[in-house]
Amino acid sequence: MDSPNHAIEVEKLHKRFGKIEAVDGISFQVAQGQIVGFLGPNGAGKSTTMRILTGYNRASSGRVRICGIPVAADPHSIKRKIGYMPENNPLPGDLRVIEYLKWRAKMKEIPRSERRRCIETALEACDLVRAQDRIIGKLSKGFRQRVGIADAILAEPEIIIMDEPTIGLDPHQVILIRDLIASLRGRMTVIISSHILPEIEMTCDQIIIINGGKIVGQGSPTELRETFIDYTTYQLELNGCPEELQSSLSGITPELLVDKIAEPDAAGFSTVEIQIKGNQDYGERLFQTLAQSPELRVRSLRRKIEPLENVFIAATRRSWETVDRRLAPAEGE
Amino acid sequence: MRHYFTLLRNEIWRLLISPGTYIAAFLFLLVMGFMFQWLLQLYTSDPQDETPSSLFFRLFFVPVFFMVPLLTMRSIADERSSGTIETLLTTPVTATEVVLSKFSASYLYYCTLWFITSSFHIIFFTFAQSDTFIDPYPLIGGYSYIFLSGSLFLALGIFASSITRSQLVAGILGFTLVFGFIVVGSNVEDLSVLAAGQAHWIRQFSDHVDALQHMGDFSTGIIDTRAIVLYLSCAATFLFLSILMVEYRDGAS
Repeated sequence: MDSPNHAIEVEKLHKRFGKIEAVDGISFQVAQGQIVGFLGPNGAGKSTTMRILTGYNRASSGRVRICGIPVAADPHSIKRKIGYMPENNPLPGDLRVIEYLKWRAKMKEIPRSERRRCIETALEACDLVRAQDRIIGKLSKGFRQRVGIADAILAEPEIIIMDEPTIGLDPHQVILIRDLIASLRGRMTVIISSHILPEIEMTCDQIIIINGGKIVGQGSPTELRETFIDYTTYQLELNGCPEELQSSLSGITPELLVDKIAEPDAAGFSTVEIQIKGNQDYGERLFQTLAQSPELRVRSLRRKIEPLENVFIAATRRSWETVDRRLAPAEGE
Repeated sequence: MRHYFTLLRNEIWRLLISPGTYIAAFLFLLVMGFMFQWLLQLYTSDPQDETPSSLFFRLFFVPVFFMVPLLTMRSIADERSSGTIETLLTTPVTATEVVLSKFSASYLYYCTLWFITSSFHIIFFTFAQSDTFIDPYPLIGGYSYIFLSGSLFLALGIFASSITRSQLVAGILGFTLVFGFIVVGSNVEDLSVLAAGQAHWIRQFSDHVDALQHMGDFSTGIIDTRAIVLYLSCAATFLFLSILMVEYRDGAS
């Protein structure tokens, strides 16, 4: 097989449910040891893609290879390589945490001599040691979520797929899980989906944005910003009239927008945002220009990094516009 | 079948720790105890042709109607509605192992409950007929029929549960299938439409699948291999269909 260093290879994946095309020709590759984040609005096809990767659902067409093995041809050996936590994290409510993990360890074919160590490692990694004798059905959502994660990492598989692992966790637990996922980097390939964008940004090496069953954006957070955000924003604290600022800065570039976002404080400084088209760095030129106008006193100037939310919104909006364009002639007929 | 015993042990363990198991067992034994006591009362008023044990086995279908759906409706439908079937089938287990382990666990529970009712006969012989020896053959025949037919009835119940994700639908469907087999199979020959000679094969068919007739045969000591083949082959067929159903609904869909 080609490129053994790719843990996951997906080629032109399609999945149809009746007339609905849930996954519409997705292709991507994940290198070994990478952490990949799936982003997308609800119903975008994230969970379906993940299910196909685990071999639980079969694709309508396309090719998926896990560690070089085609999923459709050999779904059974794929399951030994994957730790999966489904959406909503279903667990049997009547078992105790330790009973559940022991049973799962047996099902995942962990050798008898390794089982104890694996369970202990998973319990410790998910901070469940104190809760191991409690009944799963009586645990709070955060605990249950961690039991699901412990189950996914239990067999130390090559690939871990988790559908919204941090949903319902408090900030402490989110940090715990983030550190846990980060600690897997290099050892295991991890795919997570989440709605918590800063979460994805902090942990993931690669982000795949899916909308309407198609990939609308792919790359590292920086690459995605460069693709989808075509302007640079500077934030400065200014004592003076913003209109005057606009006129004095118009010499730098005509495509410049000044926006006051906060009222002046006690010292008379207000926060102003300057949006400039393009991705070049205007920082130094802004300083030079401002230094020439003594009536505009500046206390601070910094380049603002666009939050991933804006990237996400821009990417999904762009894909919707393409869908609308495609639908428009059909309606006209 | 590497995971069959792991799954079976887990199923039995979950039955053992669930309060519902004990409540169902209690109610079952209570109903059966009342039935047995009611039968004995019949004997005090009128002389009867048969022994109390064979009359008791003749009423075996009463608990079957409610026990089989209750025992099996949860099995696969519950896994599906709670979503745990997804975590189960993404480990290296096959649908065959899952279905067979669920069937085996409910079959063992069913047999255990019936086995406990044998104490009724022992108590009866010890206290009421202490001067005669216990006659084991009708008991052996009757219980072997119950264990044999149980395999089919529970397979029907598991099949009903494998079709749907709602426990209620599974329960109703299971009841209908079991009811259909016992009642329709035993009464179809009484229909007046079939009185005409041309429906000869229907009569033959209904003779062959008449559950009450089988019960009568077995409890009088006639072990009919045709019945054994019928129940075991039908049970195997419905288990096979359940496996296909799980693979279809939860694997390929």
